[in-house]
Amino acid sequence: MTPLAALLVRDMRIALRVGGGALMGVLFFLVVVTLIPFAVGPDLVLLKRIGPAILWLAGLLASLLALDRLFAGDRDDGSLDLILMGRAPLELVVAVKGLAHWLTTGLPLVISAPVIGLLLNLDLRAEGALMLTLLVGTPALTFIGLIGAAIAVTLRRGGLLLAVIVLPLTVPILIFGVAAANAAVTGPIPFGTPFTILCALTLASLVVGPFAAAAALRQEME
Amino acid sequence: MRLTGIDLACQRGERGVFANVGFAVESGQALTISGRNGAGKSSLLRMIVGLLPIAAGRLALEGGDPELSIAEQAHYLGHQDALKGSLSVAENLGFWAGFFGLRLADLHVPLATVGLAGLAGLPAAYLSAGQRRRLSIARLIAVPRPIWLLDEPTSTLDAAAQHRLAELMAAHLAGGGLILAASHGSIGLSGAQELRLGEAP
Repeated sequence: MTPLAALLVRDMRIALRVGGGALMGVLFFLVVVTLIPFAVGPDLVLLKRIGPAILWLAGLLASLLALDRLFAGDRDDGSLDLILMGRAPLELVVAVKGLAHWLTTGLPLVISAPVIGLLLNLDLRAEGALMLTLLVGTPALTFIGLIGAAIAVTLRRGGLLLAVIVLPLTVPILIFGVAAANAAVTGPIPFGTPFTILCALTLASLVVGPFAAAAALRQEME
Repeated sequence: MRLTGIDLACQRGERGVFANVGFAVESGQALTISGRNGAGKSSLLRMIVGLLPIAAGRLALEGGDPELSIAEQAHYLGHQDALKGSLSVAENLGFWAGFFGLRLADLHVPLATVGLAGLAGLPAAYLSAGQRRRLSIARLIAVPRPIWLLDEPTSTLDAAAQHRLAELMAAHLAGGGLILAASHGSIGLSGAQELRLGEAP
């Protein structure tokens, strides 16, 4: 097994085991979205209008939920020292950890979104658009979150700091994700315009995230 | 193979930990590093594997693979065991063997060497401190690397396990490896050089 494949398998195993972060993210997502109709009331038109925004917001918070332990856990038990000594470049190591996090946290959100969307009175067309935007947008959330996770690694209580650092950076993703989902439902702008920008943001964060996070981890070695 | 350190100095924040430290270890030789608490024993080992910046002086490795850094040819056994409690004993070892580039690792032999073969399926969270340390040592056996850097390797080990570790270290030296160990007491390495840190030059 190559070093990076071994790391991917390990991180996914840890996330999926009891006490890992994967199940927590999906449950948080489901609970938040389920509570919205109770708070807003049974106004089907209103729910349909704010549905994509609710799902995106809950997805954003859920994907950041387990992120603060991504590097801190490895630092606390000494694994990070050995990972830094390995032959795999740190940027790729960080990217693989991000991929494992997305596969165990982001992907379940994407899959469960259509089911939970029924609670918000979303029709088939809206469900499809929403799923597509989440599929494209959640990797960006994870990879931007990597930067915050790497910066927070030396801090004992990094969770709050992570949110403060990362959430402002995710605003563009949120704007264009929701805009694309809404465009598919109500118009008047075509779906493709905000969706293309969302794709571009994701591609950029896939590149920038690992490099910035690796630089932050190196800085903290001292 | 020969690992030398010349006039090394370590700086942690504003505090100079040590300066003008030199050593030379060749294949088949061991070096024990001793000194009071805070003298920089662990820092010296971490410097060698590149986990701490070198404030002054330099490290050189002759006769190693020129394509690889010192850290990539070394094992570092630190205070922390680098184990995940939710993974089993075999999964923990299998991950490190895979991460250090071993394609098909036979995990039974290294686990049996440290006496953990019967616990391969147990989650590492249930291991005692000494068993965790033994599992870390199994990593050194599973992945062959010439340089062993051991930080207090015998802490938490019982007498039998200490004896077993001494045998493993002797076998590693006999096979042409080299060992640098930070320790307060004897760790069972006969004929090792000694480097004392933190004394007035």
